[in-house]
Amino acid sequence: MSTFPDARGRYGDYGGRFVPETLVPALDELEAAWKAARLDPSFRAELDELLRRFAGRPTPLGEARRLGADAGGCRVLLKREDLCHTGAHKINNTLGQVLLARRMGKRRIIAETGAGQHGVATATAAALFGLPCDVFMGALDVERQALNVFRMQLLGARVIPVTAGSRTLKDAMNEAIRDWVTHVRDTHYIIGSVAGPHPYPAMVRDFQSVIGDEARAQVLEVAGRLPDAVVACVGGGSNAMGIFSAFLDDAGVALVGVEAAGLGLSTSHHGAALARGRPGVLHGSRSYLLQTPDGQIAEAHSISAGLDYPGVGPELAYLKDSGRLTLATATDREALDALQYLARTEGIIPALESAHAVAEAVKRARALGPEGLLVVNISGRGDKDVEQVRRALAAREAAAPRRKAARKRRAPARRDGRGR
Amino acid sequence: MTGIERIERTFEACRAGGRAALVTYVMGGDPDLAGSQAMALACVEGGADLLEIGIPFSDPIADGPTIQAAAERALAAGTTVAGVLRVAAAVRRAAPGVPIALMGYVNPILAHGEERFLAGAARAGVDALILPDLPPEEAQGLRARALAHGIALVFLLAPTSTPARRRAACDAAGGFLYFVSVTGVTGARRDLPAELPALLAEVRRESPVPVVVGFGVSEAAQARALAPLADGVVVGSAVVQRAAAPGTRAARAARVRRFVAKLRRAMGRPMGAGGD
Repeated sequence: MSTFPDARGRYGDYGGRFVPETLVPALDELEAAWKAARLDPSFRAELDELLRRFAGRPTPLGEARRLGADAGGCRVLLKREDLCHTGAHKINNTLGQVLLARRMGKRRIIAETGAGQHGVATATAAALFGLPCDVFMGALDVERQALNVFRMQLLGARVIPVTAGSRTLKDAMNEAIRDWVTHVRDTHYIIGSVAGPHPYPAMVRDFQSVIGDEARAQVLEVAGRLPDAVVACVGGGSNAMGIFSAFLDDAGVALVGVEAAGLGLSTSHHGAALARGRPGVLHGSRSYLLQTPDGQIAEAHSISAGLDYPGVGPELAYLKDSGRLTLATATDREALDALQYLARTEGIIPALESAHAVAEAVKRARALGPEGLLVVNISGRGDKDVEQVRRALAAREAAAPRRKAARKRRAPARRDGRGR
Repeated sequence: MTGIERIERTFEACRAGGRAALVTYVMGGDPDLAGSQAMALACVEGGADLLEIGIPFSDPIADGPTIQAAAERALAAGTTVAGVLRVAAAVRRAAPGVPIALMGYVNPILAHGEERFLAGAARAGVDALILPDLPPEEAQGLRARALAHGIALVFLLAPTSTPARRRAACDAAGGFLYFVSVTGVTGARRDLPAELPALLAEVRRESPVPVVVGFGVSEAAQARALAPLADGVVVGSAVVQRAAAPGTRAARAARVRRFVAKLRRAMGRPMGAGGD
C-alpha cells in the first residue's frame, strides 16, 4: 500500500497529471528534485533541524483524560499539531517545499489559500528564506479571513484576491495554476494539500508523514499498543494522509476520515467529496469531486474554510475504494459543539477543521468503551476561528433563545450521540 | 469524409494558396446556443478556415479572463455538452467543408460519458478535440477511442516542452499540433516571445502534421507576422471579445465577420515568401 503512487502518479484509477503542457516539464523537474532530496541526507538533516528548532517538533501526543472519562473510559490521545509554529500542521509541508524550491533555484513562491492557514505557513517559510511570496485567495475568503490576510502581509507576502467563479479556495487554486503556467521558469507553486497533479499528492503526504511517524512511536510508548482507530478531518486531506501514512499497513488500526457535512449531507451545502462526490478531474488529478450532473464543479460548504473544497486528494479516493479508509462526517453544528466541548473539557480550542475530527472521536470513544484506544489529529488551533465561532453561536442563540439554557448544561457531543 | 480527412484537405488548400490557415475560436453557448452558432458562422463568412468551439467549464485553468468570462456566461445560460454538440451540428450543416474542433476540459466530457460524447461528436460532424488539461501521457486511451470515430485528438506543445516531449507529441499527433506561443493562459497580448520563430521552425521540421500557433494573438498585424512561421494561426480571445461586446446579435455577428475578414486579409499577404 505504501508503494503508491505508481510511476505515472496514479493511485489505482486516481491521481495523474491533468495539466496544461506548459506545466508538465516543471512537474517533471519537481518530481526529480523531490526524489533526489529524499535520498540526500543533508536535505533531510536541514529539514529536521527546521522542524525541530523553527516549527516546534515533535508535537506532543497528549491524553484527553476528562473527555475519555466522560465518554465511558476510552483512552483518547490527541496529536497536538495545533502547537506547531503558525498554529497548524501546514508548516511541515511549506518548510519542505521551500527547501525544495531553493534546491531547484526558484526565486519566487506562490500558493493558494482558503482560510489562510496554508497561506500564513507559506508566507512564513518564504520569509525565513527571503523569497518573495504571492498568495492567491478567493475574494470572499479575503473578506471572511481579514486577520489572516493581515498576518500574511506582516510576513511580507502579497495577497491577491481572486474574483473569478465562486471566489473561494477552488478559484484561488485555479488562479495560482494560471500564475504558475505564466511564470513557471522562476516560480515554485506550494500546494497546501495532498491534491493537485503528481508529484504533489505524494510529496505533500511525505512532508506531512512526520505527524504519523511521531504519533505511531508515541502511542506505542504511552499505551504499549497500536490504537483501535486514528481519526482526522478531511478537506483536501493533508493532515489525514500525514497521520494515516504511518498506520496504512497496520490492518487492526481503523483510519477514520471525517468530512464536512455542512448543513447536512441531504442538502447541497456540504464538503463531503468522498461521501457524496463522483470521480472526475479537477486541479490536475482524478479523484472524487462534488460536481453537477453536467460535470461542472459544485461549490462546497462548511463552517470551516479549510474543509470548504469540492475535491479530495487522490490517495484518499483510492483508500476509500479499497475499503482501507473508514468514512465519517460531522455537520457544522456538530463541529461547533465539539469545539466548545474540547475547549471546556480539555482546555484546548481546536480549529473548526479539527473539531470535525473531535466530534467523530467522541462518538467512537463511547462505542469503544473502557478497552478502547483512539488517536485524534488536532490539526490546528482555533484562534483563527474565534470570531466566526462567536458569530455562529450568537446566530444560533438568536434563532432558538428558549433552548439556550438547556443546551448550556449538557455536553453537546452527548446530545448528538443520543440523537443517532 | 472523416474529420481527419477534412482537416488535411483544409491545410492542403491553404498551402496551395500560399497562405496559413486562419483558426478562430468562439465559446459554445455564449451568450446562448443560437448566439454562439451565429458567431461561428460569422467567422466562416469572414474567411476562417477552421473553427474551434469551446465547451464551457467552471474551472478553466488554461484560460485567461476573456474566455473565463465567456464560460461563465455560457454556464449561466444553462449550456451543456449536449448543447454545444447541437451548435456544432448546425454549423456543420451550414458550412460542410470547414473543420470543427471542440475545445474544452476533461471533466464535462467524462460526466457526459466519453463514448457517448465521441459518438455524439462524430454524428454532429466534429473533426477534432483540443483538451488543454489532457497532456499526451494521460490521453492515450481517449486518443484511440476518438480515432475510432474518425476524430483527431490534437495535442498542445509549449515553449517549455522538452525535445523528448516534442517528439512524443509528434509521434502521437492527429489532425494538427497546437503550439502555445507563450508560457501563460489564453488572452490577448501585445508582444510575443522573441524565441518563437526558432521554436516553431524546429517543431514544424519534426511534425508529421500541420502546426498551428495560438494563445496571445489579438491583432491583424500579429497574425500577419506569424502566418509565414506556421501552418495556421489561432485567434481566440480577440474574437470572443467582439462576439460579447454590446449590441444586437446581428451587429455582433457583423463585427466578428469584419474582424475575421481583416485577419484573413492580413494573413493572405505574407511579408516574405508564402512557404518555406
